[in-house]
Amino acid sequence: MRASLSLRAGLVSALLLLAFLTVWHVAVGGTAKTEAMDPEYAALMGASATTGKSAMPGPLDVAVTIWRHLKDPFYDRGPNDKGLGIQLAYSVGRVALGYLFAVLVAIPIGFLIGMSPLMSRALDPYIQVLKPVSPLAWMPLALYTIKDSGLSAIFVIFICSLWPMLINTAFGVASTRREWLNVARTLEVGPLRRAFTVILPAAAPTILTGMRISIGIAWLVIVAAEMLVGGTGIGYFVWNEWNNLSITNVITSILVIGLVGMVLDQLLARAQRLVTFPE
Amino acid sequence: MATLLPFRSAPTPPGLPMADDKYLSIEGIARRYPAPGGGSTTVFENLWLPMRRGEFVCMIGHSGCGKTTVLNILAGLEAPSEGVVIADGREITGPSLDRAVIFQGHALLPWRTVLGNVAYAVSSRWRSAPRAEVEERARRAIATVGLAGAEHKRPAELSGGMKQRVGIARALAIDPKMLLMDEPFSALDALTRGTLQDEVRRICVETGQTVFMITHDVDEAIYLADRIVLMTNGPQAKVAEIVENPLPADRDRAALHHAPGYYALRNHLIDFLVTRSRTFRDDPPAGYDPRHPPVVRPTLSDADATAIAAARRA
Ligand SMILES: Nc1ncnc2c1ncn2[C@@H]1O[C@H](COP(=O)(O)OP(=O)(O)O)[C@@H](O)[C@H]1O
Ligand SMILES: [Mg+2]
Repeated sequence: MRASLSLRAGLVSALLLLAFLTVWHVAVGGTAKTEAMDPEYAALMGASATTGKSAMPGPLDVAVTIWRHLKDPFYDRGPNDKGLGIQLAYSVGRVALGYLFAVLVAIPIGFLIGMSPLMSRALDPYIQVLKPVSPLAWMPLALYTIKDSGLSAIFVIFICSLWPMLINTAFGVASTRREWLNVARTLEVGPLRRAFTVILPAAAPTILTGMRISIGIAWLVIVAAEMLVGGTGIGYFVWNEWNNLSITNVITSILVIGLVGMVLDQLLARAQRLVTFPE
Repeated sequence: MATLLPFRSAPTPPGLPMADDKYLSIEGIARRYPAPGGGSTTVFENLWLPMRRGEFVCMIGHSGCGKTTVLNILAGLEAPSEGVVIADGREITGPSLDRAVIFQGHALLPWRTVLGNVAYAVSSRWRSAPRAEVEERARRAIATVGLAGAEHKRPAELSGGMKQRVGIARALAIDPKMLLMDEPFSALDALTRGTLQDEVRRICVETGQTVFMITHDVDEAIYLADRIVLMTNGPQAKVAEIVENPLPADRDRAALHHAPGYYALRNHLIDFLVTRSRTFRDDPPAGYDPRHPPVVRPTLSDADATAIAAARRA
């Protein structure tokens, strides 16, 4: 029965989903006791007070919203009303930029730290102090110096992606097996070629682990950062829909954020598998 | 495509006579490490050993006497605390493509294929060689160690013996003047070890390679070596003596134990490992000069004498 494990797991997943949706549907669908009231007052109070309908949307409401977003993800009706696709594109773009800069900085510096015990010790105190700082704590400083909210969000992504990559690169480089380095040395391979042909492939799985952690953190942070800076992005969208009291949109966003995060993680996981070597 | 050089170092041009007799010369090297309570511990000291071109030298000694350290110094991977090593008339100051190393743990790059590993060495040796030539040389080296057909396997897919063959191919592929081997077969099962010893012997005889090999397997040393260097136990290890192998150059593994001189040699080596390696330091023979360690040619035992007589009659 081993072969059908994934089938059974899928079945259990589907059942759990069904149960969850049912409970959700029943919980929000129930009508509470209502009192007779003046029609004008009733109009002000809305459906939750007049018909006893819960303010919490049910799964069907959310499904309708999702369908609506899927049909037209890229509409643009002014600064406060853009399609989910556009908002996601902003967020993914910011994460990509900040993350890319972090890669460009973290990997060379990680190499330096990993190869030079002197630099490792010299930079260690800074890394130890800066690493635990919540990336959002940088936001005011970024806003003050950069004076651009979009760039500030990118900077925050840069900062939060930096540390896992930096630390993992340094660790991966420093733990390159001595015998592989000796192979390169006996072949009179120069430092640059050695870095690319021995150290980089040897450290690549560790570096990719760091990159995978970083992309996860970056995607966590972008939502919070965009709530702060506003304007565009999925984080801003969530906050804006909360202000609009559109809980269906908030729930839809949560789902979409989760899905995009999963896709980003899976991309990095695939890259990681490509560079991992069996020993 | 340019014609490929055979795996053979170019003969010494006339006018360099000293190079052959002392192709490699260890001159008074020592290795010391700082001791935990201050001062220093000496792994070995005052080590002298000349090697001829084309010679196969095995070094035997117990674990911890510093054999790997000596080999690393010859490879240029470590520097001696004292003394120098002269290779081909020049002091060794770092690693060189002239001295190929076969590592104990094979040290293949696991992310490269067999071909990739050997080609890496070839392209390091001939930096501007076209790809096709690099690959051709690599393939030939791989075929030499009997791995043709496994070029595109990764090290993880190979058995221990095959990995070590790749290590040998990688060393041979760069056409070195000298091979340095650190217990290359110690991690292999007896059968594989025997086959690989045959291969190494065949290749070295065919190419006239100069070889320095570390082993703690007496039979391996007898089968392969022209001379066997005996190291005393550490710390402060020394070269106790250099044993000339009396066995003929054309050795047959199966008939080795019938060869004249075999038992005398084997007993001599085992005696050394069992007792003298331990007692030598405190009780060196009269007139022992570490600069010229005694050269021994074990006298024939009765069993050997009989074997020789039988061989003569035949
Ligand atoms: N970094 C080091 N610090 C102190 N002692 C060392 C160091 N490296 C090696 N040694 C000592 O040198 C000795 C020789 O080591 P090695 O050359 O590996 O011996 P062998 O190959 O003969 O077994 C060992 O006893 C080991 O303890
Ligand atoms: Mg050793």
